[in-house]
Amino acid sequence: MKIASRKKVNEWLVTAPSLFWLVFLFLVPTLIVFAIAFKPSDLYGGIGAGWTLETLRSLGNPNYPIIIWRTLYLSILTTAACIVLATPVGYCLARTGQRWRQVLLLLVIVPFWTSFLIRIFAWKTLLHPEGMIKKSLVFLHLISPEASLLYNAWAVWLVMVYTFLPFAILPIYAAAEKFDFRLLEAAQDLGARRWQSLLYIFLPGIRRGLWTAILVVLIPALGSYVIPDIVGGPNGEMLGNKIAQRVFVDRNLPHASGLSALLILAVLLPLLAVLVLQNKKGRAAPLIEEDA
Amino acid sequence: MADFLVFENVSKHFGTTRAADNVSLSIRKGEFFSLLGPSGCGKTTLLRILAGFEQPDNGRVMLDGEDISALPPHRRKVNTIFQNYALFPHLTVWENIAFGLRISKCPRQELEAEVERMLRLIQMEDQAHKRPDMISGGQKQRVAIARALINKPQVLLLDEPLAALDLKLRQRMLIELDLIHDEVGITFLYVTHDQGEAMSLSDRIAVMDRGRIEQIGAPAEIYEAPRSSFVAAFIGDTNFFEGEVADVVENEYCRLKIEGFPDVLCFNDKQIGKGNLVYLSIRPEKFIISREEPVVDGRHNKMRAHVEDVIYLGTHTKYWVRIQDYRIAVFRQHSRFLLDEKPIRWHEDVWLTWHADDGFMLERYSESDERLTNLPPQKVGENNLEDKDRDPS
Repeated sequence: MKIASRKKVNEWLVTAPSLFWLVFLFLVPTLIVFAIAFKPSDLYGGIGAGWTLETLRSLGNPNYPIIIWRTLYLSILTTAACIVLATPVGYCLARTGQRWRQVLLLLVIVPFWTSFLIRIFAWKTLLHPEGMIKKSLVFLHLISPEASLLYNAWAVWLVMVYTFLPFAILPIYAAAEKFDFRLLEAAQDLGARRWQSLLYIFLPGIRRGLWTAILVVLIPALGSYVIPDIVGGPNGEMLGNKIAQRVFVDRNLPHASGLSALLILAVLLPLLAVLVLQNKKGRAAPLIEEDA
Repeated sequence: MADFLVFENVSKHFGTTRAADNVSLSIRKGEFFSLLGPSGCGKTTLLRILAGFEQPDNGRVMLDGEDISALPPHRRKVNTIFQNYALFPHLTVWENIAFGLRISKCPRQELEAEVERMLRLIQMEDQAHKRPDMISGGQKQRVAIARALINKPQVLLLDEPLAALDLKLRQRMLIELDLIHDEVGITFLYVTHDQGEAMSLSDRIAVMDRGRIEQIGAPAEIYEAPRSSFVAAFIGDTNFFEGEVADVVENEYCRLKIEGFPDVLCFNDKQIGKGNLVYLSIRPEKFIISREEPVVDGRHNKMRAHVEDVIYLGTHTKYWVRIQDYRIAVFRQHSRFLLDEKPIRWHEDVWLTWHADDGFMLERYSESDERLTNLPPQKVGENNLEDKDRDPS
């Protein structure tokens, strides 16, 4: 009895810091955001008294579906591109010799040493009508001189893929590094072609790394604000830009909260769905945690 | 009988090491054939060349009359049991076994029937839906066997399949492997460094060292008539003596001069001429050790020795005796237990006798023999643990 109760106490002690962090720095602020969405705004940019469904109604603004749709497909396409590019990179990294691997990993991480903003401005320069990429593509007759590379959804997509790619490579590499590559030989020995062994054995073998990569790309991609702001223009706006406009330009906090709540739900619901599905399959696998 | 699986002058280099050095080997259909040798001798390389994971630098591999050297692994009718089993961790036992047939797009009903048949063969019907991390080492081993056999390979390759199991389980799996071989009747190519496994399972054994095949033969042939000092030392225990042929007696026998010994009579089937330097190899169980001088015919050698150590091992006793500079291992079976018998003890002087036919002369021909001259003899396998801690050399 005594030992059991002490165990309980210890459990609480160990959990307390992270629990505190989760409750006060995540759960409570999130709930506040949800709550503010049901408050009226006052004329001075503050929050008025009482409760209202005004914000909820204004979310019906015909501009929003386009932006929400764009936010969703850009994020999903970004995630897809990152996974497609990062998986072979992770595979190659894991199969490279120790010394080269260090060099290549460094190359993956090196961009972080330059400010995020500067790198995006660099892309703006590259994609600019007078920029290098545009000029070379026109020179090669791949695009017409009138076409614009900047200020559209595809510019946003390109820069997002560039930005989030390292975040996808790292977890996939971490999983691939633990993968037992002899299993691929075993599969080929049993009659699988190379691509079959990769598809049926390698990908399931690194599935946790893939899930982690999907989450760490998809979630920040949905909340993108700086990238569409700099290279997107009005045709590349995402939900993050709208939230910022509501706060800084319209000074309408409830409206910004409503949009934020929408975004949070868009992230949480798929996540919960994945968790429930995985539990149903009988493998209560934590998504982020790497397996032993 | 036509040779079923043939290695023809196969060579393979990794950097400067020769993993396979002009190896030629032919294996009969249905045979249980072992490649035996210390780690790094190239036996696994041969296996990987056969499976298609390595390309030979030279030579070719023929299977059932067809040159398979250039085929990719998935096109070869051979399957491998890997040392670590290499079961797919995300698939159940059932799915692991079904993998080969699924890849080959086998119709569903046939697939299910085959998997069930395999599960019965390895007696794991009730474990079919467990994942590999939920079953024991011996069960994993059996799943690996079933997964390979379901493809009906022409040759089953086994890469040290018992190395990861404990002793008791290994003994049981040995019997099971033997039964499975009898039941399915396909050719087994078995790679191991454990002479006990190779001896008890194989129809024939190829002993390998440094990428070369030292000897091919039935287990008894290799043990009783080793063709090189490496084979003599690697298979079982033996004692080596450095000698020189003093003179040839009749055709079949010769006298050997060994430093500090009276002249030794030795069987000389290889007709080694006078003046040649040789190793004389005598297995520990071929000696007769006795307190009284035994009465024997002229074909026996007989000399005095001093007992330095006695190790009682239940089935037999192991004596370390000294003659001059040689420390010699001698086994003696306990045929009867007699209470009134006075056993031979430490520091006694005894007679050591052996028949001339029980000594084998091996030519001293390679630098690799150098490491064999240090007595006591070397051996790979668990049985030498018993005297490691007693013998500082």
